[in-house]
Amino acid sequence: MDIAVLIKYVPDTTAKISINGDRVDESSVSKWSISPFDEYALEAALAMKESSGAKVTAITCGPTRSEKALRDAAAVGADALVHIIIDDLVALDSTKIQGLLAGAVKQIGAQIVFCGKQAADTNSGSTGPGVAELIGAACVTNASEISSDGDGFNVLRPASSGSERVNVGAPCVVAFDKTTSELRRPNVKGIMMAKKKPIESMDSGALGVDVSGSAAIINSQSPPPEKSPGQMFDGADSVSEVVQKLRNEAKVI
Amino acid sequence: MDITIIAETNENGLHPVTSQMVAAATSLGSSPTILCPGGISTDSAASIDGVSAVIGVEGDCFSSFDGGAWSSALNSAIGGGTIFTAATPNGREMAARVAAARGIPVIQDATGISSGLTISRPIYSGKAMEEVSVSGDCVISIRPNTFTPSGSGGSASVSTVNHSSDVSVTVMEAIAKASERLDVSEADIVISGGRGMGNIDNWGQLEAVADQIGAAVGASRAVVDEWGLSHSIQVGQTGKVVTPTLYIAVGISGAIQHLAGMRSSKYIVAINKDADAPIFGVADYGIVANWEDALPALKDALSSL
Ligand SMILES: Cc1cc2nc3c(=O)[nH]c(=O)nc-3n(C[C@H](O)[C@H](O)[C@H](O)COP(=O)(O)OP(=O)(O)OC[C@H]3O[C@@H](n4cnc5c(N)ncnc54)[C@H](O)[C@@H]3O)c2cc1C
Ligand SMILES: Nc1ncnc2c1ncn2[C@@H]1O[C@H](COP(=O)(O)O)[C@@H](O)[C@H]1O
Repeated sequence: MDIAVLIKYVPDTTAKISINGDRVDESSVSKWSISPFDEYALEAALAMKESSGAKVTAITCGPTRSEKALRDAAAVGADALVHIIIDDLVALDSTKIQGLLAGAVKQIGAQIVFCGKQAADTNSGSTGPGVAELIGAACVTNASEISSDGDGFNVLRPASSGSERVNVGAPCVVAFDKTTSELRRPNVKGIMMAKKKPIESMDSGALGVDVSGSAAIINSQSPPPEKSPGQMFDGADSVSEVVQKLRNEAKVI
Repeated sequence: MDITIIAETNENGLHPVTSQMVAAATSLGSSPTILCPGGISTDSAASIDGVSAVIGVEGDCFSSFDGGAWSSALNSAIGGGTIFTAATPNGREMAARVAAARGIPVIQDATGISSGLTISRPIYSGKAMEEVSVSGDCVISIRPNTFTPSGSGGSASVSTVNHSSDVSVTVMEAIAKASERLDVSEADIVISGGRGMGNIDNWGQLEAVADQIGAAVGASRAVVDEWGLSHSIQVGQTGKVVTPTLYIAVGISGAIQHLAGMRSSKYIVAINKDADAPIFGVADYGIVANWEDALPALKDALSSL
């Protein structure tokens, strides 16, 4: 079983996001990390490796700095690393990004793709299902538990009436939510080995994707709208006053 | 401009976001067509003001959700133009697949749209906004509760087509919700508790207030993890993003990852004993008090309304 895991290197969720001109200022980001849900996807793939000998290939698409995501993935057990080098990811729309990632998945011949339900920067949730469409695969999103059943996977996902366990066979994409699995941490040996692990780089030309001319273009990124300061009240005695305001001022109850 | 809306439906019929999507479309001067997956709720869709036509797309694949099968079947019923879905988990999945199948871009979670086409949306969990402009057709998912719904005096024509597609995601087991409580991402009012509530034994007091006003109960990650509550009620970066009209936070400090999940709520009330808690930075009404006193007072005040 070959599993490709899509990992994106993003500003850590604890990092302050500031704007310079009309873009998020990447140079001021204090810490970069693998996007949180991608870590759960990687963890699930590594668990499959332990239980059924899957080969795990981590794929990232991004500038030179994102090589660190691949090293971090190797340190916890990823077998092979692929870097699609793109200097300015923000300039590419969903068609381009998905084309690149689907191209790399095809190139390595993986029938199974694990990724995050959404990236911590874009918050989109487009890439898993989009890549599935491009490689002709089924897709299950928001997976919070997974187990292999030989030919395919049993996956727990939310449903409007609660949750449901679904079965899906390869080729498939599974986009992960937070799972109940504890994330493994690298040990010294893992970190040393990861430093030496070769990284296969793929460029857009070889993947057959023309990265110029995105149909969707980001005009600007900006700070969130300022919220005017709220009204402050002191002590539980003020609760009834607030309730009155919710009724008469906000009109929400 | 030509806009096709994929209706959001669940076991209760048409989701309110459908009417909000119509409002977003009409604000661009469009009289949209609505597709109802599985032919569900075509009549209620037809009664939304501003809709030009409703098409029920019927097929075997619609008995349970398979984003691949659904979008392939629905895609066959859509001509050209721009396509809207709801920015719910299923809506986002269909948006992405339909866009990829058509080779057009997808823009998720729109909170504003103006002609051109220019779309604004939150990024970095609301720590920033982004404005995107698109040339040509695209697929856009619309964030629930951001557009004022359209009225309901319409009478659009209803037709039915048959399209199905192979299902590759099969449901083995349906697991009912642990409780009959409202889902935090659906509810109009959410009341959430955090570590400041002391311990799990006090949770019932929060639920009692929720029941009184028909609110859903949410939680911070700290209490979900430490008190073993269901992850499905966690609000925040790694939980649910909620946009209710009223969000009440009790004993929650307001860590950036929690704010990411609730800061776009229309009105926010915070109850916290620490006047410097960051949650007050996003609160419309901040109450500096111990929950032990404030929650019973809230219950009393609500019951005397
Ligand atoms: C990658 C990542 C993802 C995360 N995702 C999420 C997420 O999705 N959702 C989330 O919520 N968190 C998330 N967190 C955790 C987040 O950083 C905080 O740790 C968490 O939100 C804190 O929960 P809390 O506010 O309940 O607890 P605390 O921060 O401990 O706050 C408790 C508050 O209760 C107040 N208090 C104490 N006693 C009383 C009293 N008697 N009456 C009234 N108030 C009282 C205190 O003043 C304090 O402000 C994430 C963290 C990371 C690193
Ligand atoms: N540039 C990228 N490199 C690697 N994986 C990515 C990239 N962009 C998106 N992904 C994967 O797709 C998921 C969803 O991303 P998004 O559609 O941007 O929300 C992420 O959690 C990653 O698993």
